[in-house]
Parts: sequence; C-alpha cells; structure tokens
Amino acid sequence: MSGAPTVDDEPASSWIGKVRNRLERDLPYDKVLPETQPAYVASWIYVFGVLTLAALVMIVASGTVLAFEGPSWYHISKVGKFFNSLHFWAVQLFFLFMVIHLLGKFWMAAWRGNRARTWITGMIALIVSIGAALTGYVIQTNFDSQWIAFEAKDGLNAVGIGAWFNVANLGQNLLMHVFLMPAILAVLVIVHVVLVRLHGVVPPMDAAEVEAAGGAVHASATTETTEAR
Amino acid sequence: MSTSARQKQIEREHWTGPVRHYDILKEGTIALAVVVVLTFVLAGIFSSPDDPALTLKGWAKTAPDNLYAVTVSELAGTSDSASYGPPYNNGGDGVALGPLTPQKWMGVHQPVDPANDFVVTPLESQQQPSDVASALSQWKSASADQQSKWATAYDTALNDPNGANGDASKVPTGDYGPVPTMANGLVAMASSGALDGILAAPGQFYNTNTTKQILFLGDGSYLDDAATAAHLQGNEWGMMNETGSFPGQEWLQPFSFWYQLPIFNSDATTGIAATLTANADIYIFAIIAIMMLVLILLPFIPGLRSIPRWIPLHRLVWRDYYARKGTAR
Repeated sequence: MSGAPTVDDEPASSWIGKVRNRLERDLPYDKVLPETQPAYVASWIYVFGVLTLAALVMIVASGTVLAFEGPSWYHISKVGKFFNSLHFWAVQLFFLFMVIHLLGKFWMAAWRGNRARTWITGMIALIVSIGAALTGYVIQTNFDSQWIAFEAKDGLNAVGIGAWFNVANLGQNLLMHVFLMPAILAVLVIVHVVLVRLHGVVPPMDAAEVEAAGGAVHASATTETTEAR
Repeated sequence: MSTSARQKQIEREHWTGPVRHYDILKEGTIALAVVVVLTFVLAGIFSSPDDPALTLKGWAKTAPDNLYAVTVSELAGTSDSASYGPPYNNGGDGVALGPLTPQKWMGVHQPVDPANDFVVTPLESQQQPSDVASALSQWKSASADQQSKWATAYDTALNDPNGANGDASKVPTGDYGPVPTMANGLVAMASSGALDGILAAPGQFYNTNTTKQILFLGDGSYLDDAATAAHLQGNEWGMMNETGSFPGQEWLQPFSFWYQLPIFNSDATTGIAATLTANADIYIFAIIAIMMLVLILLPFIPGLRSIPRWIPLHRLVWRDYYARKGTAR
C-alpha cells in the first residue's frame, strides 16, 4: 500500500519487536535449519549429540505411557513391564550417548569461539539429567527404590537439600519426575541446541594452520567460499 | 595476523569456508529409528529389574526379634531415626564439614517423631487386644519422664550383650511399664500386614508420603540385610548398582567412587579417618560440588582447558580436514 509505514526499517521500540529483530538477525532460517555444515563436520563423534536427543525422545515417549498408567502398573502387567523396560534401556542409552558426546566435545575443546555457554548448558543438562534419573529410580515402587531412597536421603540431608528434596517421599518425587525435571531439562536442551545453531559447530583447533598451508580457507581471510563436496 | 589470532578469529566468526551437505532432520530421524530399534531389542531380550518392595509384614515374619528391638528403640529414642536430627527431628545435629552444618541450619522440615509416629499412633489407629490397649493407655497417661525411664530401662536390658542380648525372653525382671506389651502389639500388627500402609497417614484416606515407612524400615536389619545380599551397600558402590545383573545408575560413579576410599569408609573411632567417615556424606557432596563447578567452568580454567591441545585427540576427529592441508582450495 502506498504510503504505508515501513515498520521494519525503524528500530523496534516494543519488547516483542526487539526480540523479533534479534531473532531475525542472529537466527535466520538458514542458520536454524541449514542444509550444509562446515566441511570439517565429518566424524561419527558428531552423531552422539543427536543420538542423545533421540534417546531423550524415547524416554519421554515411554515415560508418557507409564505416567498414564501409574507407577505400579508395570508390576502387574506384561505390557507395563515392557514399557518400563523401554524406559529403562532408553535411559541407559541416553546417558551413554551423552557421556560420549561430552567426551567428544571436551577433546574438541568445543567451548572455543564464544561457545562457553553451549558447554555450560550442556553440563547443567547432564547434572539435571542425573537428578531426573534419581527421581525415576525412587518411584519404581520396588526394593531398589526403597534402598535408593534410604541411602540417597543421607547425602541430600547432609547438605540441607533433603529438607525440600525428599527422596523418601513418593508423591513428591513422582511429580518431580514426570513434570518438573523434564520441564527443566527441556528448557536446557532447547537453549543448548539454539546456542549450537547460533554459533555453529566449533572449527578445528588447527584451522588457521590448515588455512596458512593452503588448505580450506575461511571467508574473512579471502572472500572466496568453496563447495567442498 | 598471527596464526593464533587468526585461529581465534575463525572460531568466533560464522563459518564461510568449505561446506558439505548435511541434513540434520534426516540425521535426527535415522538416529531416532536406531534408538527405537535398540531399546526394543534390549527391552525384549533383557527386560528390566523389578524386585518386589520389602514389607513390614515381611520384616515381622523374617526377623521378628529385630522388629521387636527396633520398636523398643523407637520408644526409647535410641533408634537411628530418633537420633537422626534435621530434617526429621532434633535427636541429633546431623553431619558437619568443620564449622559448616547445613543439615542443622535447615532445621526440622519433615517432622518425624519415631515413638509416636512409628509405634503409638499406629497402635492407636486399630482396635487392639485388651493387654495392648491397656499398655497403650498406661503409656499415654504417663509423664514423658516416666515413659523415657521405662523405655530406656527396657532398651538397655534387651540389648545388654552380657544379658538378654536381643532375646526378649531373657530380659531380667524390671520396671519396664507397658513397653514390652506395646512392642509385642506392634510386631503382631506388622505380622498381620496391618502396619503396612498405616505409618504414612494413620486414619487418613490419602497417603503419598512414604518417608516414615522408609525411615522405620531402615532402622532395622531387614532392609540392610537385603541390600547386603544384593551387593548394594555403600562400600560396594552402593545405590549406583542395580538389583540382579542389570546396569544401574552408572552415571553416579564419580560420586560412589569416594565412598570406596578407606578414608571415607573406615572403622576408626578416633582421628581424621573417624571424622571423615562419620561425616562422609557432606565431605563427598562438597567434593562433587567442586567437581561439578570445575566441569561447568572448564572453558575458563587455565591449564584444564588446554588439555585437548596438549593431548591432540582432535586430530582423530578432524583427520579428513587436516589431511587436506596444502591441497587445492
């Protein structure tokens, strides 16, 4: 329409406008959903981040079925036992993949280039996952959960946390496990993944040496970009 | 520009060098399919652990003398729960790390009064045989001082290693008031199965807080013996393990590790080892807290953040990329 105000060209004054402008600038669609990755992203180690996410999806899916039927269902139902087994093994895989992912990122020093926040959110997600798993183990309503609750309470009480986070309280842990912990973990995972997309995958530690020796060149040195494969 | 400065520049900037096609969505879908297949196969072949929960009825059947002695100790205030301290009661101060006593600072947040919660109230919640009802009435009408005298005298006599040594039939005659009858009443109640489910909220319809059952069960040898048989004790990597041959909470290894060290797992009664063992929970939590902080803040810690450069395993990850050094652009 002729004479219509060109809002996009003006600095945003509203909160929502500022957020939109920031997202459009820092996270355009081709950054969020890229069809390419830097040529150096070519190792099996990169698979373990997405495998961790896949295991988390499986945990949530199997856990949702268990939550619908209640914490004692799997004691008396073969179907329930199977879903409990799916949940159990998905958790084992989740931690296995996450630790491999963590080790991979450590040896790549993946915090380089303003990526410390990505590392930090990943580490906090690991710690929250351990807490989420603990609440899961104490709501098994079996001998193992009795023993874990009895043992874990001493450590938590020792530092004062047990006054509020009471692993011997089935009701409290049930709610924490099916809502609070997954919600916190989901936020951390989303922030972690957004940070990865925001900053991109960390370049190799010797990228400048490769460039100096006539290998792959990054655009700020020469404006040339190359399709590697 | 130096190589080092150029490297930092490359790391900070959005990569505009060589790229390769990489479909994240496709990768994620394949990863999910792999995980689904893996979990179905593992669940189908190995199932999952589920040893039935212990019951107070089982305790009464398996170790009635122990349940009897624990009941007496709850009345006398000598049980583990009675002397635990915060967050359950003021029976003790809890553990300490030097002058730091966070357990005590937090105070009583989940009140547990073992004598009343584990013995008196459950007995009151059901119709009892006349002798137990009379004993209960006698107990309730007595002063706290009198109750303590009866219970302490009987607790001492019952556990005298040179006397009864846990055998109620060998306790010498004494002024024990209603204590023996009340203990018998609670064991009988547990044997019938009536005590299971009552401890949490006697007389109430809903019951979701299992704290009191866990504490009472843990005061005796029944739970402890079962854990020993299942290799779940702290000096065998504790709750990190799982019943049977299943993997447990392996991710707790950095935590359970410290409990295996003799300094935190000692029989010493004096000295540093005794102090560290008695307060192991808070010392180990402090160590773990420091370890977590170090890991979280690793990118900012000189030396530690350089380990990947000193031990260049990154050359394996990026071997294809490095192999192209000197090749055509």
